[in-house]
Amino acid sequence: MFSNVDLQQLIFGRLSLEAIPYHEPILLVTFAVVALGGIALLGAITWYGKWGYLWHDWFTSVDHKKIGIMYVVLAIVMLLRGFADAVMMITQKALSVGASEGYLPPHHYDQVFSAHGMIMIFFMAMPFVTGIMNYIMPLQIGARDVAFPFLNNFSFWMTAGGAVLTMMSLFVGEFSRATWLGFAPLSGAAYSPGVGVDYYIWGLQIAGVGTTLSGINLIATIVKMRAPGMTMMKLPVFCWTTLASNAIIVTIFPVLTATLALLALDRYVGTHFFTNDFGGNSMMYMNLIWIWGHPEVYVLILPAFGIFSEVTSTFCSKRLFGYTSMVYATMVIALVSWLVWLHHFFTMGAGPTVNAFFGIASMIISIPTGAKVFNWLFTMYRGKIRFETPFIWVVGFIPTFVIGGLTGVLLAVPPADFVVHNSLFLVAHFHNVIIGGVVFGLLAGVQYWFPKAFGYKLDPFWGKASFWCWLVGFWTVFGPLYVLGLMGVTRRTQHFDDPSVQPFLTVAAIGVFIIAAGILAFLIQLLVSYLRRDSLRDLTGDPWDGRTLEWATSSPPPPYNFAFTPVVHDLDAWWDMKRRGFDHPMEGFKPIHMPKNTGAGVVLAGLSTVLGFALVWYIWWLAALSFVALLAAAIIHTFNYNRDYYIPAEDVVRLESQRMAQLAGRA
Amino acid sequence: MHEMTPPPGATAPVFYEQEEHAHGDGGTLFGFWIYLMGDSLIFAVLFACYGVLGRNYAAGPSGADLFDLRLVAVNTSLLLLSSITYGFAMLEMDKERVSKTLTWLAVTGALGAAFLAIELYEFAHLIREGATPQRSAFLSSFFTLVGTHGLHVTFGIVWLVTLMVQVRLRGLIMENKRRLMCLSMFWHFLDVVWIGVFTFVYLMGVMR
Amino acid sequence: MQTPMHPAHPIACPRWSYALKSRSLRILALLATAGLLAGCNMTVMFPSGDVAVQQRNLVVASVALMLLVVLPVIALTFIFAWRYRASNTDAPYDPEFHHSTQLEVVIWTVPLLIIIALGAMTWIGTHTLDPYRPLTRIGPNKPVPPDVKPLTVEVVALDWKWLFIYPDYGIASVNEMAAPVDVPISFKITSSSVWNTFFVPAMAGMIYAMPAMETKLHAVMNEEGNFTGQSAHYSGSGFSRMNFGFRSLSQQGFDEWIAKARSAGASLDRDVFLKLEKPSEEEPVRYFASVENGLYEAILGLCVAPGQMCVSEMHHIDRMGGTAEGSEENRKRLDYDNRRLERGDEPSGATFPASGRPPQGSVQPQGMMPRDQNMSRGGVNAPETQPDQGQGNALPGADRGPAPAQLNSQPTDGHKH
Repeated sequence: MFSNVDLQQLIFGRLSLEAIPYHEPILLVTFAVVALGGIALLGAITWYGKWGYLWHDWFTSVDHKKIGIMYVVLAIVMLLRGFADAVMMITQKALSVGASEGYLPPHHYDQVFSAHGMIMIFFMAMPFVTGIMNYIMPLQIGARDVAFPFLNNFSFWMTAGGAVLTMMSLFVGEFSRATWLGFAPLSGAAYSPGVGVDYYIWGLQIAGVGTTLSGINLIATIVKMRAPGMTMMKLPVFCWTTLASNAIIVTIFPVLTATLALLALDRYVGTHFFTNDFGGNSMMYMNLIWIWGHPEVYVLILPAFGIFSEVTSTFCSKRLFGYTSMVYATMVIALVSWLVWLHHFFTMGAGPTVNAFFGIASMIISIPTGAKVFNWLFTMYRGKIRFETPFIWVVGFIPTFVIGGLTGVLLAVPPADFVVHNSLFLVAHFHNVIIGGVVFGLLAGVQYWFPKAFGYKLDPFWGKASFWCWLVGFWTVFGPLYVLGLMGVTRRTQHFDDPSVQPFLTVAAIGVFIIAAGILAFLIQLLVSYLRRDSLRDLTGDPWDGRTLEWATSSPPPPYNFAFTPVVHDLDAWWDMKRRGFDHPMEGFKPIHMPKNTGAGVVLAGLSTVLGFALVWYIWWLAALSFVALLAAAIIHTFNYNRDYYIPAEDVVRLESQRMAQLAGRA
Repeated sequence: MHEMTPPPGATAPVFYEQEEHAHGDGGTLFGFWIYLMGDSLIFAVLFACYGVLGRNYAAGPSGADLFDLRLVAVNTSLLLLSSITYGFAMLEMDKERVSKTLTWLAVTGALGAAFLAIELYEFAHLIREGATPQRSAFLSSFFTLVGTHGLHVTFGIVWLVTLMVQVRLRGLIMENKRRLMCLSMFWHFLDVVWIGVFTFVYLMGVMR
Repeated sequence: MQTPMHPAHPIACPRWSYALKSRSLRILALLATAGLLAGCNMTVMFPSGDVAVQQRNLVVASVALMLLVVLPVIALTFIFAWRYRASNTDAPYDPEFHHSTQLEVVIWTVPLLIIIALGAMTWIGTHTLDPYRPLTRIGPNKPVPPDVKPLTVEVVALDWKWLFIYPDYGIASVNEMAAPVDVPISFKITSSSVWNTFFVPAMAGMIYAMPAMETKLHAVMNEEGNFTGQSAHYSGSGFSRMNFGFRSLSQQGFDEWIAKARSAGASLDRDVFLKLEKPSEEEPVRYFASVENGLYEAILGLCVAPGQMCVSEMHHIDRMGGTAEGSEENRKRLDYDNRRLERGDEPSGATFPASGRPPQGSVQPQGMMPRDQNMSRGGVNAPETQPDQGQGNALPGADRGPAPAQLNSQPTDGHKH
């Protein structure tokens, strides 16, 4: 009945040994490095007998603090991957001018830029932001965990599963060549057959589930679990931006899910949503994907604004200037962000009235953003500024970001956009706001909150070295790109005929290595600080003379965060407590009700990843099997009613007296 | 530990709550409500697609050629009825009557299954006539919108059966009640979506 | 390797007096550009066509407007950071200064005023520079002369080259177009497979080229010379070299160019187009002395191949409420996107295994020229193997001819009752 081909297809779908690019030196070396590194890591874990520790204390943990750290670790790993793509892109561009071809053929280069964009947004910036929100927000509102601790663990593993599937495309098959947004009709079955776009779709769908659920979780946490007395207008600004960011997430990620599902239907079933023929409409894809895509940048930048607000206020030793207007500015930005998506395709011919409407709507966002910048400035005004590592990022951020804002508003003027759309000017603009805004903010956040999470400060020398490399490197890369855009140079090109672009590209390529030095300095900083942790140790839990509640507990905080729930009387609650004198209650400790760890999240996300892999490669039996297993595992999980436990009062007493001893020892 | 003196005249207020409060679990229903809002956005996208593509028959059959309103009317009443029976189940749940709750849940599930059966019959009929999802953008968006609703109903039935087993095993404990309330919201939500589908797809499709 | 077909021609420095009217704007633009050392290569800043000049002016004016607030902000950042450093004991420290209604009013009003000004500019500029609007002027204070008839050019983006059809002259060209200076040009733009943008930076801003849809662009060139046009929306393997030459000529030079095309002899009919449409990179410049009637409309209607139903006819049937009769026949006549795979040509963005090439390897996709970096391995200009349809097919036993490489093979199969 079956020929060999049929049997092979039945078992392996379209997967075969040829899917592994063993003939390609770049990938072979990458694979060898990844494999050796992986084996070394796994070996070390086994050697030191840490598997049980990792499993019980981390992978299955529902503690928002541990999940937050895992998110950030994932983000840093993916940053290295996405950055490697960036290095390849810019060096290819710098080399491939005139008669020279560079080292990446177009069909490989296309995968590199598609992967770079997708990974940096979905698996670097998103987990980084989510990680910090996860760690800090519950502490700032005086809560013991998030509203749905298990869901939090599940969300993380879904994000990680999506990242694993995306990374797999590097060594098994190929990745999408249809850009980071999978523009139709190019991404359709007729123009991009093969596994590339399928990897893209399922990587995003799996991670998207995690992101949506984590959005719901964090909103419910802020709305339902604030400490007594913390009215909405006493909520720390970072929590406000977290709320706005997650409100955007829960409204836009369903749109992304639906859009990618329709694209998947086009590719798998042969429907005609985005095709050229049979009445399909590719302009609809453009609209839908940007209805997700534009608010997405505000998902990233708003928490970064929140971080800058906290850092500015702390290191200026002053309450944030214009808290109320900051809150309204945040909410206005979130609202208007839903109404501007069309500015990504003014060149589609929508007509002047539509274009002008969306152009002006986009400009309106700059008003609350401008107000925010002024609020930071006036927080510095008459402050007492300590130039510790977190704060220097603020000083680098404001000038960089306002220039990015300027070019952004310029791009919102439709006729001006016509001449720089899809050019390297545009590339420079969005890196200007994403690196200059989001990445700077996240790195400032790491410098600021690291002592809270680990109990010791980060080494200031390497932190400052990292800052300067990032700042100088950023401008060295993207300054020339702005100029190139004004020379009419288009993005996503693998080759240039015109030799006059080469000097600019060479400078940009040098710049990317300066940024690389910045990343290296950051990694060295982590290592050096770990080695010098005893001299960098902070026993107070409040190393920066902080203002918000996360500094009221020990560093790192105990599993339950606060032995007694704090009562809030003022914005900057901890500052208020310190100013008016407070007493740590030393008796009356009660058992604390906490959620129990569970491996269900790992299992469910693992099965989802297998399902994604099976769908990418058309291994139908595996897809069916993993889907049924997924459903069964989910149902079985709901039969587990034993989901919480009590930390006994004695344990609380022990931990709290240790902390008191530490505080007393220091005084 | 900090050299801060309280401002004159200020008394140090209470800064810590000494009592443990039981976790009131309003969070779950609130969170599930947000989830439903997200889900409704998925349907919003599908409705929007249907709005854009719903007249693109690609020189093929239109809704007027294909839809059998009587069948859809039966279907609609089944689903609306199932919402009412779910409501009865919730009333019985409030009275802590396990077996009556289970009975009404079973009726709800049966009505849902009948709804699905008729929908599948309709789909099979269309595909037999050559009106496949691949035939035109109109049919693609029709099958996707109606099919997504059907998938939700299917998922709802699986959930319903699971909850019935759990209620049987553990009775109407707090967790189970909470779950039944979530499913209740979900089930009524599907009803609301279906009213949209019925109006925009079927009625307007036939009337044109 | 071939020499590039269209090396960038150094463009003469434009006359600023022509380019910018306002003196202050001129100084600002000079300052902005001088520091960048980009010289006259910054086509977008120093364009040669009136539309692009107006767009550039809008760029410069909006940047100037925004610098009014951006420069003070940058300065204040450094001034405040320096003045209020903790070690400066002379500076006042006022931890209670966190609200000031007057200041709040100012910091919301300043950006608001700027955006109102910019919004007005945007509204007017977007309407006057609407690419769909026929030109009323060919330069500042130079209305279109009443006796000048606009030149119509029909543009088709192909994988990965440009086809220009001149309906007024009955000729066509590939990868090179020409136009007389100071004559308004009316572009009708479409694409045959995926999206591209039509962009001649020296002439006017870009607009998408989309299959089965037509976009319009009205522009004019004011200077003679050789310019470069390009696609700015990624469209697959050969995208980087999807450039064309734009020859801006005197009326006489343009007539000569037309004559040259006419003397080429070749004629562009449907068969030639279907061959031309296959993916190819670095296509040499070609001229066609004649063009089959209605070819552009057929390209736009996705019905160049014999027997295809045109999109316009489909729209007509749909407006009449579709049709249940003859649906199956119509379906076969409408199948368009799968034509590549049916003919065994590699689609623009194919990946493993549908590409038939090893993953991320050095074998070039179909239509791509050999690459230098592959020479050591004998780079070839065609797939090493034919696209492997079996690997791409989803279901065991599915149609395995030259068939679609994804699951949706159904639309191309005969419908089974």
